[in-house]
Amino acid sequence: MKSFVIFRRVIFAAALIPAVALIYWVFTGDTGPNPIDFITDTTGTTALTFLILTLTVTPLRRITARNELIKLRRMLGLFAFFYACLHMLTWSVLDWFFDWASMADDIVKRPFITLGMTTFLLLLPLAITSTAGWIRRLGRKWTQLHRLVYLAAFTAVIHFWWVVKADFREPRLWALALSVLLGFRAWWTLRARFSPS
Amino acid sequence: MLIRKAPDLRYSDVTPKSVYLRRREFIQAAAGAAAGAAVALSPFGGARAQAQAQGRAKLANVKKSPLSTTEKVNPYEDITGYNNFYEFGTDKDDPQRNAQKFVTRPWTIKVEGLVKAPATIDIDSFIKPYALEERIYRLRCVEAWSMVIPWVGFPLADVIKRLEPQPSAKFVEFTTLLDAKQMAGQRLPVLEWPYVEGLRMDEAMHPLAMLVVGLYGEVLPNQNGAPIRLVVPWKYGFKGIKSIVRIRFTDKQPRTSWEIANPREYGFYANVNPTVDHPRWSQASERRLGEFFRKKTLMFNGYDQVASLYSGLDLRRNY
Repeated sequence: MKSFVIFRRVIFAAALIPAVALIYWVFTGDTGPNPIDFITDTTGTTALTFLILTLTVTPLRRITARNELIKLRRMLGLFAFFYACLHMLTWSVLDWFFDWASMADDIVKRPFITLGMTTFLLLLPLAITSTAGWIRRLGRKWTQLHRLVYLAAFTAVIHFWWVVKADFREPRLWALALSVLLGFRAWWTLRARFSPS
Repeated sequence: MLIRKAPDLRYSDVTPKSVYLRRREFIQAAAGAAAGAAVALSPFGGARAQAQAQGRAKLANVKKSPLSTTEKVNPYEDITGYNNFYEFGTDKDDPQRNAQKFVTRPWTIKVEGLVKAPATIDIDSFIKPYALEERIYRLRCVEAWSMVIPWVGFPLADVIKRLEPQPSAKFVEFTTLLDAKQMAGQRLPVLEWPYVEGLRMDEAMHPLAMLVVGLYGEVLPNQNGAPIRLVVPWKYGFKGIKSIVRIRFTDKQPRTSWEIANPREYGFYANVNPTVDHPRWSQASERRLGEFFRKKTLMFNGYDQVASLYSGLDLRRNY
């Protein structure tokens, strides 16, 4: 048990690496000729990575039969939200510098931005209700509410897909990863429903 | 200030020091924003040093052009390290890395189609008749970023006059080298290879359109489209086809690579136009690399002298 606490701390520290690296690169000037684009890409990709990692916890737990893994799920989910916040802030502060009219225009007219914003709004209530108090208060409804994460992961992958111009190798990999992770769940659900108990 | 009043812009204007100082200014502006302060307070690459002129060949007898802008030129490093040249990879820093060993001599250009004398011409004899001039042009990418670039080349119109197309020729089509051995990006079906671009004949004859063989007074780096590329400053950057091996005169509008890849997003004309929205990027504004705040995008990228080419043409439909 104690080793798992250490493991969890290691994961926590590792999850901070992208943020620390980004700050380091920004200060050393290693962000290339278009720093805002670089920061947008990095925070976005990291948010998606953590979102997908969050969804790997349950399948991993079932396959390995190590129940303590569930304790990583909230942390990974909150890191996904943390990086999604940085991604949003990059867009609204660095890219548009609070130009609300242009941002609203972007959300309405640019489908990939619409989906990015949708993803963020889907993650927001999940982050808010991630505390022990909210889990207790919501009871069964909490589980139902938090199924929104599947939708958020889906919109996040499509958001990435739509931002790419022609080279779809990377979004295709994310779509594949998400399909596998959701596939596990679909398979288990179907098996539970149709197997003679 | 968007436009500097200095009559002549020299490279000393783009020393790392001035870049550094200029960046400080907008960092201070950005510091006003409390949110995301850690990120906003960055030096934004201010520490990057200008690339040293090692092994870079200077071009002789380059005349300054009155068509140059007096805006601040982007550093050599930005222009040669941030490229869309999918033949060498789809990330902005891929071409710089992957084009180093690209062989640009010997090189020939095939002239064909509706032209007086179809021929295959060696690159050096192709360039030879023309006086090289430096033109500092704005470059506006369809991805809503822009740069100011000191190209070296000659007017495309001079080349066309010399090649003598037939009166029936209505368009000129350009093709990039197809060589997946050297251009690893061509091994992937990202675009239909080889890259093809084209202009209407009157566009090609416009004095602003040029063929480029140099940058910053030196031989054009591979990642920027060596040995010879097209630059059409009033159009989005993707019209500026690189590493040209074929020029074909035709009576049919060429099917261009990006148009084939996504006709809803990229048209044949691709004129810089802040009033025609793109599904991915607002074209109303742009980010000049090296500057923090976006600036308004100008019609025809500020090259109003081309407007008469399009009188009577619905630019909303012919985007």
